[in-house]
Amino acid sequence: MNIVISLILWIVGICVAGWVFRAVGQRIRFPSERLNIYFRDMPLMVGIGFMFGIVSLYFVFHFYFIEKVTFFVWAVQGFVVFAISAWLFLMLGRNVGTQMSRKLFREMPATASFGLLIIIIYSLVAVFAGAIAPYGQEEIFEKINVLPGGDPATGGDPRFLLGTDQLGRDLLSRLIFGAQNTVGIAFLTTCLAFLIGTTLGFLAATLGGWFDQFTSRAIDALMAIPQLIFALLLMTIATAWAGSNKGLITVYMIVIIAVLDSTRVFRLARAVGLNIVVMDYIEAAKLRGEKLSYLIFREILPNAYAPLLAEFGLRFCFVFLTIAALSFLGIGIQPPLADWGTMVRDLSQFINFAVFSPLTAALPLMAAGAIALLTVAVNFVVDWMLHRSSGLKE
Amino acid sequence: MKAIGLIILHRLGLGLVTLFVVSVLIFASVNMLPGDFAQAILGQSATPEAVQAIREDLGLNKHPVTRYLDWLGGVLQGDFGVSFAQANFSAFAGADASKGGIGSVAAQLEPRFKNTLFLAFVSAAIAVPLSLILGILAALYRNSVFDRFINVATLSSISSPEFFLAYILILFLGVLNPLLPTLSSIFPDMSFGERLLKTMLPALTLTLVVTAHMMRMTRAAIINLLASPYIEMARLKGINPTRVIVTHALPNALAPIINVIALNLAYLVTGVVVVEVVFVYPGIGQLFVDSVKIRDIPVVQACCLIFAAAYILLNLTADIFSILSNPRLRHPK
Repeated sequence: MNIVISLILWIVGICVAGWVFRAVGQRIRFPSERLNIYFRDMPLMVGIGFMFGIVSLYFVFHFYFIEKVTFFVWAVQGFVVFAISAWLFLMLGRNVGTQMSRKLFREMPATASFGLLIIIIYSLVAVFAGAIAPYGQEEIFEKINVLPGGDPATGGDPRFLLGTDQLGRDLLSRLIFGAQNTVGIAFLTTCLAFLIGTTLGFLAATLGGWFDQFTSRAIDALMAIPQLIFALLLMTIATAWAGSNKGLITVYMIVIIAVLDSTRVFRLARAVGLNIVVMDYIEAAKLRGEKLSYLIFREILPNAYAPLLAEFGLRFCFVFLTIAALSFLGIGIQPPLADWGTMVRDLSQFINFAVFSPLTAALPLMAAGAIALLTVAVNFVVDWMLHRSSGLKE
Repeated sequence: MKAIGLIILHRLGLGLVTLFVVSVLIFASVNMLPGDFAQAILGQSATPEAVQAIREDLGLNKHPVTRYLDWLGGVLQGDFGVSFAQANFSAFAGADASKGGIGSVAAQLEPRFKNTLFLAFVSAAIAVPLSLILGILAALYRNSVFDRFINVATLSSISSPEFFLAYILILFLGVLNPLLPTLSSIFPDMSFGERLLKTMLPALTLTLVVTAHMMRMTRAAIINLLASPYIEMARLKGINPTRVIVTHALPNALAPIINVIALNLAYLVTGVVVVEVVFVYPGIGQLFVDSVKIRDIPVVQACCLIFAAAYILLNLTADIFSILSNPRLRHPK
């Protein structure tokens, strides 16, 4: 209860301080006229906002320099490093490259360039995982449960920077291979979902009639069940079919999620397709006697490119999160493939050691954070793309 | 007024049809299992006699359509069948387990369903007011530092997996500063306050996930309206910005906002699964995942149906509310 009371006191205090701040600013006559006008027209919330900002800065300072909460220090350092690298990346893009790419980077907000940087890093790690990782993902060593840190005095081992898991596999290698498996599988699934969804959606838009009715109603029925729930139900059946063949479960999962996710793609592709189908150039192409495949691939697809690309980013995030959630629940990507969702589940108990060994507790958060970072990055880029294509200013 | 009643009845009918289709879908997918239930219960090395006995016990030698109708009839009376995990037990004990005894799915589901509802209510009670206030503030101070900060923060929390947010909360509020319990062990005879305390962390996690989305939509819905002439008029009259937004823009933005709230509550239904597993919260989501792992088909079927029903119901509510709040939708072209 104490914590609630002190929280309320803080909020009331900030509000009062904001009001006082504004009132004092309005009384004092500043030498610059702009400042005078600024204070005169300041809404109360802006004053409170200033106070809130100051209090937050104070707390950041307090936790960083005085209390030195390890996780907070890491978070701040990580944030600063990422911010600086995103800024450097933005500067690099603005000054190096062709006219086109430079113009693109000039219009880009910092969040989007951060997202782009992260996506590039992840793809590099995913592609070259075998070369970057010190060991293989299935390699088992005799030392199990080595603590992270690499310092023998605290139970670490310099050969295994992040320690080993309960079977003696190097966690750093598994984290790196996780990029390959988790991101790779999610990417594959999204591509498959788009293949199914756009094909059916464009077909429904161009053919119309009973085909459109049939597919639309079928998709409606599939969408009536929450996606994760339906995926879990189908995975139950898939695991029964796969039996003891663990690799097969992963394949089934890819197909199941792709089919479930293609429903959303279908909706968008059909809606976009319907808008394009009524255009005069489609009419002209039909009168020319073009075939269905020409209509879809040469006339509709190029015009539906922009919304589909943005949707691809969003769908990728959803698929990625669904796969991570399934793996976290123990029914997704199967061992011995290293993946982040499973790693979070296996390492999650370590979080209770946060007081004694922060690095150990950080292990599950690293895997979960790796998932979060990529989805945040993709979302930033998609956000910017949508903003750019819609031309929204406010 | 008669027209509204008709529209709502029409929507309700559609919802019932959807629910029926969904139940068929669930039943059909479960029947895609290799072999059948009997084999699934007894495993690969079962003797043919035992399999046959169970098959007759469960009525598996009947036609699928008959079985589906039996199952549906049972579900309508609140009988979801017998859980596999306890099926053998009740068969040997000779008790009629399907009538609400120890092995029945309904008996397993009932307390957990209440727990899940409790969790959903607590998170909704925190999330809805919070997201409305934040959304209105963000619309009021759009393109300011506050708006940018909220934008980045909500985008990050939407895109993080639920378990990441959950573990971050556990780390800071449960382990480093032990304020809230990290395991939600809930018993039926708990006081309300204690229950609320144990539910707090999972509820906060769900709040974080849902608030971000609702808040963004509230902001977008209000900002969409700001370009319209009557808002321009209100501004030119010299009304202060808060009033313009709260009394002029908000009522017209209500339809999309209600829609988003209902859709997000529907999202809670799915989000609950992962969060319940993280916090070992004794709700339906936890039961569902456990049953999926041991392939306890009747429980999986029942949970799936309940989740789907809740999802459909909330979507239906969203539909009806948006029709009620927007007269234009009452006259479809």
